[in-house]
Amino acid sequence: MTDEPILQVRDLKKHYPIRKGLLNRQVGAAKAVDGISFDIERGETVGLVGESGCGKSTAATSIVRLEDPTSGEVIFNGGGRAGATRDENGYHPNDVTRFDKQELKAFRRDVQMVFQDPSSSFDPRMTVGGSVAEMLLVHGMTDKHRRRAIVEDLLERVGLSAEDYDRYPHEFSGGQKQRIALARALVLNPELVVADEPVSALDISIKAEILGLINDLQKEFGLSLLFISHDMSVIRSVCDRVAVMYLGEIVEIGDTDEIFANPQHPYTEALLSSIPEPDPRATREQIELTGTVPDPVNPPSGCRFHTRCHKVVQPDDLDLEQSVWRALITFRYQLRADDIDVEKIRENAGAEGAVREEIRTEFDLPQRVDDPGAEETLERALDRIVDDDVEGAAELLDAEFTTPCEQTHPDYTEHGDGHISACIRHSEQVRSEAPADD
Amino acid sequence: MSGTDERGEPPLLEVENLRTSFSTEAGELVAVDGVDFTVEDGETVCIVGESGSGKTVATESITRLLRSPPATITGEARYRGQDLLTMPKKELRSIRGANIAHIFQNPQEAMNHCFTVGWQIVEAIHAHEDVPKAEARERAVDLMDRVGIANASSRFDDYPHEFSGGQKQRVMIAMALVGNPDLLIADEPTTALDVTVQAQILDLLNDLQEDYGMGVLLVTHDLGVVAQIADRIVVMYAGKVMERGDVYDIFERPAHPYTQALMRCLPGKGDDTRGIAGSLPDPTDPPDGCRFAPRCEHAIGECEIGDQPEEVPVAGDHEAACLFYQQGYSTETVRDRSLEGDTARGASDD
Repeated sequence: MTDEPILQVRDLKKHYPIRKGLLNRQVGAAKAVDGISFDIERGETVGLVGESGCGKSTAATSIVRLEDPTSGEVIFNGGGRAGATRDENGYHPNDVTRFDKQELKAFRRDVQMVFQDPSSSFDPRMTVGGSVAEMLLVHGMTDKHRRRAIVEDLLERVGLSAEDYDRYPHEFSGGQKQRIALARALVLNPELVVADEPVSALDISIKAEILGLINDLQKEFGLSLLFISHDMSVIRSVCDRVAVMYLGEIVEIGDTDEIFANPQHPYTEALLSSIPEPDPRATREQIELTGTVPDPVNPPSGCRFHTRCHKVVQPDDLDLEQSVWRALITFRYQLRADDIDVEKIRENAGAEGAVREEIRTEFDLPQRVDDPGAEETLERALDRIVDDDVEGAAELLDAEFTTPCEQTHPDYTEHGDGHISACIRHSEQVRSEAPADD
Repeated sequence: MSGTDERGEPPLLEVENLRTSFSTEAGELVAVDGVDFTVEDGETVCIVGESGSGKTVATESITRLLRSPPATITGEARYRGQDLLTMPKKELRSIRGANIAHIFQNPQEAMNHCFTVGWQIVEAIHAHEDVPKAEARERAVDLMDRVGIANASSRFDDYPHEFSGGQKQRVMIAMALVGNPDLLIADEPTTALDVTVQAQILDLLNDLQEDYGMGVLLVTHDLGVVAQIADRIVVMYAGKVMERGDVYDIFERPAHPYTQALMRCLPGKGDDTRGIAGSLPDPTDPPDGCRFAPRCEHAIGECEIGDQPEEVPVAGDHEAACLFYQQGYSTETVRDRSLEGDTARGASDD
């Protein structure tokens, strides 16, 4: 046994090309997964969490090579391949992205996937026992009786009975089907299981049962697990470590307890605050995330989260209240996206003179910004909007209200114990504190 | 249960002995078996329970969205004193949508993909009122704006596929608001949505309720959502009401073993997250006695004879349909102090 991780993902990317025109030229790419790196230790459960559209599932399918990743490495050290080192060209022999057909087949015996919707992952015309036993047949177990014996035993271990072997998927409830899906994932004795939202489609009590079962099976089989979910409370109950993904990138990784107690990235904070607390007296401070995940074809520059971040950094020469600054940045992006209806605002305002006030109210801007410079810029932008020059107003704001977040792509900052986050606020702290140490 | 409140006015919605059954090959399937509850103006009542407990059938029976036949609906569901279940279709129609609005779990399926979103809202307006086209459009845009769709007037002519899931649910809410309803029935409105979007939609519902003074009847199995927005809770299991009370009663002093079991399903609650062993009883052949008895850890022989125990008061308005709360039994048997301690700590600080 070595202490190298069972899985090492290095700078994994998956871009979906967008083609257009007669010659089918590539005009862009949806960067679903854009350079993620993390490790899974043996026997560890790592959670991958984020909103829909942040690339969690694409990451999973790229890791098990259901889809070919665009670039990057996925190094799998299980299946008796431990201890390998890079060759003279710098290639790793355990790199899944370079596996040939035979290696891939062996890899797919050692790594299994469980999907969200158990109803659509079984052949309705095949008995569930047959579906599970098929895995054994594909991987070379020709003895029919042995196959049946193994599957019957496994069905019992996931909390069903051996007689269920000959029943069909429609005879089972959602929770039972998910149990069968787990049995199918475990029948080949894999070392790593990738579970993509395995409990999201399930009812509350069944969800708890399946989570309990996953925990038990993991102990029993010594599994390593990559657990994908958008539900922070589920992640908390099964994962040892969590990686938080946003728009194709990992913004924070760390131990589950540490992430929940001490989130470092504003996105993690926002995700945590959106969990509805099952306590009617909880007075939580809610961080509202406006809008949805931006288009991965044209991700925002710099830190990809800055368009929605409640802690978006102000330039050095400004010292506004954070909510005001956030509103200004939001206003700027809404102008950019032409999300302003001047006609309507005019109508609501009634008098022509009240249009500016109405715009301020509409976009949650204060009637007067504390900083004289910023106030003047805003007033000039409002003038342009009143003159129906939204484009000009957007340009003005783009030039004047810039945040450091959009200019630099943040590097990872260490917070100790493998807890890292990618937020410019931390790297800035490092920069400003560094001279003091000298 | 009285038919009137102190002011002598009938409550917004009063459901009494509601029973909905379907006849199937396997026999009569009773989905909702004698359920009572009320919703007052401006309050949020949540019906919680596992899938298959009859929550959705109960709410759809109230406004007769279920076709009858095949469904047989008996009992009474009075909207401000008028019984919706016996009312002529035409009258019901004028109440549905205008006074009582529904929103559903899956906004995707509740919209027509072939028409623009704005057209669909306008259609809803025209279904209730004869207003000129331009005015209907204007009102639709206002509503879209009210439910938080940015740049509503230019989104008016977009098709449903151009909206995200959360935005579609916002549009559904806009459609529900068309007739200025005083009762909103929401069936799992946030279950299909992302957590962050769910938080946005719940905030919206809260705001709207304050603005419009609506009563809200919310069906969900997500206890986190319930804790956040409910005033009162009705816990259903296998077609019967197991427990009812205000939100603090249910979360801090769950009385019925079923409610306690639900609470223990919450990740991170109690020592260990565990599900409820077993599954819902066959609705065509429910067990004798308490419906939950076969899965209940406290069940004794008497629990499995006769009918579901009557609901008896635990404290004030807090009622539970459990034998142990009736006279001659000890409530200590079923109280779960570990659950109570868990939540009461934050409240009383000791």
